[in-house]
Amino acid sequence: MAYSKKVVDKFENTINEPAKYNVGRFDPKEMNVGTGMVGAPACGDVMKLQIKCESQGNTHVIKDVKFKTYGCGSAIASSSELVEMLIGKTLEEAKEIKNIDIVKALELPPIKIHCSVLAEDSIKQAIEDYEQKQ
Amino acid sequence: MNSQMNLPIYMDYASTTPVDPRVAKKISDHLTLDGNFGNPASRSHKFGWKAEEAVEEARSHVANLVNCDPREIVWTSGATEADNLAIKGIANFYKKNGRHIITSKIEHKAVLDPCRQLERDGFEVTYLEPNEGGLISPEAVLNAIREDTVLISIMHINNELGTINDLSGIGKIAREKGIFFHVDAAQSTGKIEIDLSSLPVDLMSFSAHKTYGPKGIGALFVRRKPRVRIEAQIHGGGHERGMRSGTLPTHQIVGMGEAFRIAKEEMNNDKKRIQSLHDKFYKSISNIEEIYVNGDIENKVSNILNISFAYVEGESLIMALKDIAVSSGSACTSASLEPSYVLRALGRKDELASSSIRFSFGRFTTEEDVDYTLNLINHAVDRLRELSPLWEMYLDGIDLDTVDWQTH
Repeated sequence: MAYSKKVVDKFENTINEPAKYNVGRFDPKEMNVGTGMVGAPACGDVMKLQIKCESQGNTHVIKDVKFKTYGCGSAIASSSELVEMLIGKTLEEAKEIKNIDIVKALELPPIKIHCSVLAEDSIKQAIEDYEQKQ
Repeated sequence: MNSQMNLPIYMDYASTTPVDPRVAKKISDHLTLDGNFGNPASRSHKFGWKAEEAVEEARSHVANLVNCDPREIVWTSGATEADNLAIKGIANFYKKNGRHIITSKIEHKAVLDPCRQLERDGFEVTYLEPNEGGLISPEAVLNAIREDTVLISIMHINNELGTINDLSGIGKIAREKGIFFHVDAAQSTGKIEIDLSSLPVDLMSFSAHKTYGPKGIGALFVRRKPRVRIEAQIHGGGHERGMRSGTLPTHQIVGMGEAFRIAKEEMNNDKKRIQSLHDKFYKSISNIEEIYVNGDIENKVSNILNISFAYVEGESLIMALKDIAVSSGSACTSASLEPSYVLRALGRKDELASSSIRFSFGRFTTEEDVDYTLNLINHAVDRLRELSPLWEMYLDGIDLDTVDWQTH
């Protein structure tokens, strides 16, 4: 398997210390929580991303994030990487995060690019869900 | 955890085995100037005669293990070449009799790919579906037979599942219909009794490296009575009675001979020991919720156990189990992202197929290895399920089949 050390480390840290790496769930019904779930079991990966936000002035800031991912090692590493990028960002800043940022951070091999695309889709969907509630 | 353990632990004996030290000794005795290095085809001096003697002794060891005449054993470079020689050899020699071949969807690629090649050459091939336990029934074979069927090729033990096909049943039908029957037995030697004096099989492929011999050597059994003829696929000198040319690799051949001699001697002990490791492993792993054994547990060899861990993706599980060497599906396909074609043929859903791991034990597997592996699996499956949104949905009682997934 052509995985970079970064993917392997991120994967191992995430499964060994799930709480520290934001594995978990929020109640999706809470008004300050946005949930995104993308992928399909038959395709081999499903990502569920939840953001908890706080309004600050005329913007909203991501205070906390939880995620769960079913998928290969780089899918799990990609979502974990994304989660770290999100905390403390405004929604506008979060929308700017592109899959290529994750590809670069983890040195994903070409065959695993779709994992980063999925991660980008999950944050888009979570923000959309949150914004609809406001 | 025992700190003296050699990690990673090898649990992939079905993909290849280490060479038995007794075999390695035999091989090294046939390489250098002070050893038996001659060309077995040299007729004019002692070096050649001695090498030929060693080759013929090895041929007898192979023949002994499967109870056939040594003259029915043709050396090849491995089971892949033996499969090619049998399938293309029969098809090409007997094509005037018909151009239809029967095989199954769960054969090794060494059988499927030659069949595909023959399709391009104008043959027709029927690929039989296994039952949900991974077995090819004699009835399924019978129903597929046509006027122009010339060859049936069905494997003995499936390499991914360990399931054992009914060779007597299938062979009996082949005999009655006058159709040649080839069997890929790469996974069988040393694991299960093979008696070619009574089995109605015309051609059988063997591999050395699945039975503690070296890689790069195998053999094809070609029955003499009733006589089976094949068209050679490699020409150049007429070795092996014209069926397979090329200088015989004495060191590889004596390695295979020694490995098969030991296999005959130790099969019963190996079997008993591996059965008890298997039973311990299976009993313990059955305590994990939502696991599925792939392949009929009542009809399989004990050295292979293939399990799907629902709601956990296979590649991530293998990554989490980095201290044990296992494979998902067959080693030939584990580099791709596709779920195993064998498991799909059993009707397993993609997600269950891609969460499968094949554990395979062997002569050097210890009880400690098994305990260590079990611990790691329990830990890894727990952790990955904690991380799995599908496991969360399962615990919440959501039927995943009713979810509107966004496929991509």
